[in-house]
Amino acid sequence: MYNSPYLRKNASVRRVMSTVLVAMLPAIALQCWLFGSALLVHIALASVTALLCEAAMLALRHRPVAPALGDMSALVTAWLIAVCLPPLLPWWATVIGTAFALVIGKHLYGGLGQNPFNPAMLAYALLIVCFPALMAQWPGLGVGDFASQMDWVFGGARAVDAMTGATPLDALRTGLMTGQHADAVLHTTPFGHVAGAGWEWVSLAWALGGLLLLALRVITWHVPVAFIVAVALVATIASAIDPARFAGPDFHLLAGGTLMGAFFIATDPVSGATTPRGKLIFAAGIALIAWCIRAFGAYPDGIAFAVLLMNICVPMIDMKTQPPVFGHKNGGAS
Amino acid sequence: MTSALLVMVGIALALGAALGAASVLFRTQGDPLVDKIDAILPQTQCGQCGYPGCKPYATAIAGGEADINQCPPGGDEGVRKLADLLGREYKPLNAEHGVEKPKSVAVIDEATCIGCTLCIQACPVDAIVGAAKQMHTIVSDLCTGCELCVPPCPADCIAMVPVAETVDTWKWRYPVFELRTAHARTQSAEEAA
Amino acid sequence: MLRKLFSFNGGVKPDPNKSASTREPIARLPLPPQLVIPLHQNIGGTPRPLVRVGERVRHGQRIGAADGNVSSAVHAPASGIVMAVEPRLMPHASGLSAMAVVIEPDGQDEHVEREPFDWKAASADEVRDYLRDAGVVGLGGAVFPSHLKLSPGRAMATHTLVINGAECEPFITCDDMLMRSEAHDILHGAQIMKRLLGARQVLVGIEDNKPEAAAAMRAAAAALGDPSIEIVVVPTRYPAGGAKQLIRVLTGIEVPHGSRSTDYGVQCFNVATALAVLNALERGEPLVRRIVTVAGNVERPRNFDVAIGTPIGFVFQHAGLKPDTDKLIMGGPMMGIPLPDMDAPVVKATNCLLASSPALFPPPQPELPCIRCGECARACPADLQPFELYWHSRARNFGRAQEYHLFDCIECGCCAYVCPSHIPLVDYYRYAKSEIWARERDKDAADSARERFEFRNWRAEREREEKAAKLAARSAAAARPAAAATGAEADDPKKALIEAALARARAQKDAAAARATDELAPAGGQQAGTGGLQQAQAGGELVQAAPSDKQVE
Repeated sequence: MYNSPYLRKNASVRRVMSTVLVAMLPAIALQCWLFGSALLVHIALASVTALLCEAAMLALRHRPVAPALGDMSALVTAWLIAVCLPPLLPWWATVIGTAFALVIGKHLYGGLGQNPFNPAMLAYALLIVCFPALMAQWPGLGVGDFASQMDWVFGGARAVDAMTGATPLDALRTGLMTGQHADAVLHTTPFGHVAGAGWEWVSLAWALGGLLLLALRVITWHVPVAFIVAVALVATIASAIDPARFAGPDFHLLAGGTLMGAFFIATDPVSGATTPRGKLIFAAGIALIAWCIRAFGAYPDGIAFAVLLMNICVPMIDMKTQPPVFGHKNGGAS
Repeated sequence: MTSALLVMVGIALALGAALGAASVLFRTQGDPLVDKIDAILPQTQCGQCGYPGCKPYATAIAGGEADINQCPPGGDEGVRKLADLLGREYKPLNAEHGVEKPKSVAVIDEATCIGCTLCIQACPVDAIVGAAKQMHTIVSDLCTGCELCVPPCPADCIAMVPVAETVDTWKWRYPVFELRTAHARTQSAEEAA
Repeated sequence: MLRKLFSFNGGVKPDPNKSASTREPIARLPLPPQLVIPLHQNIGGTPRPLVRVGERVRHGQRIGAADGNVSSAVHAPASGIVMAVEPRLMPHASGLSAMAVVIEPDGQDEHVEREPFDWKAASADEVRDYLRDAGVVGLGGAVFPSHLKLSPGRAMATHTLVINGAECEPFITCDDMLMRSEAHDILHGAQIMKRLLGARQVLVGIEDNKPEAAAAMRAAAAALGDPSIEIVVVPTRYPAGGAKQLIRVLTGIEVPHGSRSTDYGVQCFNVATALAVLNALERGEPLVRRIVTVAGNVERPRNFDVAIGTPIGFVFQHAGLKPDTDKLIMGGPMMGIPLPDMDAPVVKATNCLLASSPALFPPPQPELPCIRCGECARACPADLQPFELYWHSRARNFGRAQEYHLFDCIECGCCAYVCPSHIPLVDYYRYAKSEIWARERDKDAADSARERFEFRNWRAEREREEKAAKLAARSAAAARPAAAATGAEADDPKKALIEAALARARAQKDAAAARATDELAPAGGQQAGTGGLQQAQAGGELVQAAPSDKQVE
């Protein structure tokens, strides 16, 4: 027995999640082309781990396995984890991170829709806290072929320093710590035009995917706009105050995970704020915290911790930003 | 050292004054607990709890004399609400005081009624009308279903009739929860059994 | 004609599916062999039946009288014999029965005298009473008694009368077809309502997917030459036909839940209601028929002019129900209710009868967890956060659901329509609302019981005090110790009296049984007769009644 509405729009969680996966493809393809195909191996590893963990947890929780696996949400988490990890990371780290995200981050809280924290960012935070050195193993631009990358991932090779290159955020941090002027660091060769040779293009590819999500109405404008505006604003102000210590908005927007975070991480509906005003506050909060971690913290990029910190605030943000109900605008009457 | 001591003493004095002011300003009047408990009780005034009415039972609960599981008409939900209000552990209804029944009203078989007025005197909410040697009848809208009128009736002409669901009182059912597998359902059924 | 239109948030655009039932004009459905006319067809009190089984009624005769002011009368749609006044199956999701008058039409269609009502000379109260007794209720589906809406606002004068011809729900075309054929009468009815309300302008809102209806209404407005009537074409977006949404679109005013639109100077009626008001006031015809769209899984989708009380099975016969129909729906696909059976009658609220097949309305996919994607919030025309309401309703946390404005929900179904997790959101709201109403009923009952109990205790106390005072006064004045003794003895005779009455009742019962078997027992009857007489003389006091009981012994 079921009741009205008898008409249903042709929408499904599966469709939403597949769209997100498709929107990730440009950035993944570009990153593979620029930094080697090891990323694909990590995506495969993470996907298999995620699906296995999801199936096992669903079975343990006595939930039907097939429909929940078919919703593709585990794959989205897996892919998001994989693209955040350095491609030269050992395979077991990817597996541990993904399993942690699915088992602890998602199913122990009650599964899809119930997790207070973004599972992908939980995995990233776990790995960067536990294995900071491994998490710095980003390959240099165009360095190393697929076979030698695989040697890193599966063989545990340790002496191929020539293959890793500092990410722009790392280079900036190191440069600033040695007393260099921010501008001077940013104009060294590995930085390309703005925020690191290659990296800036990957960032733009994330933005392209994000625009696709916007066009398909999978996400709303609130989170990306608030995120980008907040990053740009705080970076502009800071670099105006002290250009020697703080990089400008162009660098912060295109470096690290800013655009990926703005379009793919902070837009996670389950762990994010849901009201329009709440989304603005949530995204701006992430941007500010992430900038602070970049500028003053111990980690090169702070998107993951910023997201997790703002996840904690979501219930309160939502509660305090309930939009006015029809007829109750302007304090009761219109 | 001295300055630290002074600061601590100052803080202590300020906080003490604030607490004292709060206890005067936000003092609660009367005993709202009895009223809160009474608001949860179903007001059948049936006395099944062992007290002459809902208010006395509420007073007894508030005074710690009575337990929260002595009210069959309030049912399981009533016990849960009382447990919530009082911050106590939920416990199932005490069977000594009766079992939860579907809401019923008393109905007088008017052919057998002899007009003795005993039921009228028993009714705690004045829901029975009639005069001596006149047939009595029950105003079913006012009847709480307490059954107090049943034992005094010498002609055994009062029956408790469950209230039928009408179009106006019908309730939408809880939507079926389709996520649980058949396996889990049978398991929970076994647990329940 | 270019009026500035406003917009409401949310809404959805389902496939309208309206063309099939608009190909042919409205057909008048013949009378069925039996009419089942439910007494309760309006919001408010249930009308009292005015006819008895076996009585002959005429077309238009009142068979149910309004119970109080918030109620509306019911009439016979044809002349015939009343076969039964009993509970019958209702067109209601519960599948329960309620009181109905069953009439077998005699085919003569003899009419009660139609007396046009001189509403222009009558007072506002007289007009309202007349409309109440003519059974005029809102025909858009809410069946709110129209007479209650036709009083000017208390807070401010009603300036705008909105006539709702939006008809936003898919498949339904009854208002569309009515506007095409009865445009003049609808506008005439609107003029009457405008006058009753003292409004300055009449805005007729029609969705832009009904160009024929809009053209017909425009032509009629031009023919009437009334400059205060304006036909406004509004964008097609479900639920633009909701009263509050249409008022918002046409005037920019948002009427909050719980207040009346007249408090904001606006009143809104359906087009069919305007026609019903005209028929009642100008022609003396009560509301006994209505236009019903029959659509969906039928051979000949069409609009029918149906007598209220016609069994829906009879209506579907004429439209040709297809064999793979799996359920019947009253109303549209977004807000309609499942019908329990073919026997349920057409009522004043029946704007559409929809046959469903698995191909037309496939059963929903299994419910998945909510991912808080916010699609429902974007679709909600009441600006609610449906997923929060769902969350609290599912957890039976009704207080929180109300804090999130559960009762502002109009159950339009937009949220469930867009939900990617296929959650039957509206079912959760209906469940939560009916639970809250049930709790409120219980609470009201408990409050009234507490009050009565406390009053009774107070009265008992007062009586005891009075008795004590009387006793004290008597003993003080006469100083006779015997007075107290008689008081104490009073209990014993009472018991004896009850025994005596019991014996008499038993005797009566035996006598009655004896009468049933043979007719030679007049004693019982006589006894009962004399008993009754003596009771009347005795004046109801047990003590005084004692001699008569002794006589019986």
